[in-house]
Amino acid sequence: MTMDPVAIAVFLTLFVFVTLLGFGAARWRRGDLNQLHEWGLGGRRFGTIVTWFLLGGDLYTAYTFIAVPALMFGVGAMGFFAVPYTILVYPIMFLVFPRLWSVAHAKGYVTAADFVRGRFGSHTLALAVAVTGIVATMPYIALQLVGMEVVIAALGIPMSIAVPGLGHIPDAPLLVAFVVLAAYTYSSGLRAPAMIAVVKDALLYITVLAAVIVIPAELGGYAKIFASIDPKALLLPPAQPGNLGPQSAYATLGFGSALALLLYPHSVTGLLSSSSRRAIKRNAVILPAYSFALGLIALLGFMAVAAGVKTLPQFGSGFAAFGNNFAVPALFLKMFPSWFVGIAFAAIAIGALVPAAIMSIACANLFTRNIYKEYISPDASLERECQVAKIVSLVVKLGALFFIIELPTQYAIQLQLLGGIWIIQTLPSVILGLYTRRLHPLALLIGWALGIGAGTWMAAQSSFKTSTYVLHIFGTAVPCYAALSSLALNIAIAAILSLVFNALSRTPQIDATLAEDYG
Amino acid sequence: MDKPARKRPFRPVYLLLLLPFVAALSVPFYNRVDPEIAGIPFFYWYQLLWIVLGAAILIPIYFWETRGSDRG
Repeated sequence: MTMDPVAIAVFLTLFVFVTLLGFGAARWRRGDLNQLHEWGLGGRRFGTIVTWFLLGGDLYTAYTFIAVPALMFGVGAMGFFAVPYTILVYPIMFLVFPRLWSVAHAKGYVTAADFVRGRFGSHTLALAVAVTGIVATMPYIALQLVGMEVVIAALGIPMSIAVPGLGHIPDAPLLVAFVVLAAYTYSSGLRAPAMIAVVKDALLYITVLAAVIVIPAELGGYAKIFASIDPKALLLPPAQPGNLGPQSAYATLGFGSALALLLYPHSVTGLLSSSSRRAIKRNAVILPAYSFALGLIALLGFMAVAAGVKTLPQFGSGFAAFGNNFAVPALFLKMFPSWFVGIAFAAIAIGALVPAAIMSIACANLFTRNIYKEYISPDASLERECQVAKIVSLVVKLGALFFIIELPTQYAIQLQLLGGIWIIQTLPSVILGLYTRRLHPLALLIGWALGIGAGTWMAAQSSFKTSTYVLHIFGTAVPCYAALSSLALNIAIAAILSLVFNALSRTPQIDATLAEDYG
Repeated sequence: MDKPARKRPFRPVYLLLLLPFVAALSVPFYNRVDPEIAGIPFFYWYQLLWIVLGAAILIPIYFWETRGSDRG
């Protein structure tokens, strides 16, 4: 790919700007950054607007903005499941998560596992929730790097850079970006991504707005764009007798993904950092603005088809290296002037930094609170606790970097797909736990284990290529998102065993929370 | 365990929250091209529209919950 000096200059300028912002964020709404709730939750002081930027940057990641249109570009309508998914997230956020915020606020909980520990009095169940969170998040961080890698390559910046005395360093630009990210996350904590998210989102909305106005105008309007799509890819194939087909995969993927999203540690961290339950409810109303942007970005996949980027010789090497993930960068390169390509690509690359920072902070919070403090050093001081979290956030990012540089990208994608199946298994402990203490911790633990086992097995049946598994219900084939079917098993097991264990048990239930803590 | 005294009576306004689920999960209903708007097939504009409607539905519930109190 050819170097584009103007695009690169704009891109680098914006990158340097957000780096300065990241370090400066330590002084914003100053708090004692040696306390975990200050470093790892921004002091729980983010109001409605900051939370909007933070969660917007957190939930709608760079990888989403690359992968969703790539799926539309490659397979068509199925890729649009991201839209029902994001429609369903917000009623759930509105109804459920203010309760988690209230109890966390009342009891000083920093993670979902902290809540489970208090509610059910079981450190084993809390450990299961914490480990699931960390394991599900790691590949997600790695995928953010993929988003960044694609735009860096599309700018024509060489991936391997010669350094005098050291020889060629592979993936040097990624290395630099991640070292910078690690440094300001370490020093500023959650304040850094919160501040950077404001810039990222401004760039993102500008890009989306320009893309949905300029590109269709140049391609001859939306009617022409949709006319260029293979009619078979334009809609989902209809149900056949005895087989519901891709339509049920579409619905269950949307529903299951919506249930899973808010259980991810980075979602919980973002939600708990807000200053009130009200801020969360207001955000459930205003965050769909990002969903709308995502829906429009999904359509960029079709615009890339209409623009015929796949057959253009200048993009051959990009598609060869990144597959359909190169569709949107190629579309921007073809349709936008250089300076605007710089802005659009900066939006994607910075869009990778924000969630990567929040995810690593969320993992660090989990490790520190639910593993280090619980099992390794129970009487660690508050300062020590925060120091450990800062170091873990570095380790987590290094792990993700190693993952992307050393292993095929395919592994990260498959692990992320499994991550959704795994994280949803914490729903009974976390979400049902917000409403009832009647579930028995041991029953929840067994349900969790069987859910993870069954979900992983279902994904393994397709060699981890897809997350849907065909259920046969009364003679009808029902393709279903494995996270959803394994969650149903998990809940059924947890409920039945709770009845048994509660009937057998004579010890009183332990519950550190009170009904009024839930607000 | 939740104390029975704290149990609040069910409010019908929460039934509104079911609407996005019905709308987004009735795939066979919206899996069609016509009617198009400005060249955009029904499948696409219907789902984009429900992003907006899904958010709009939360507004009356928000105001209903927070009226006359400062907790929400």
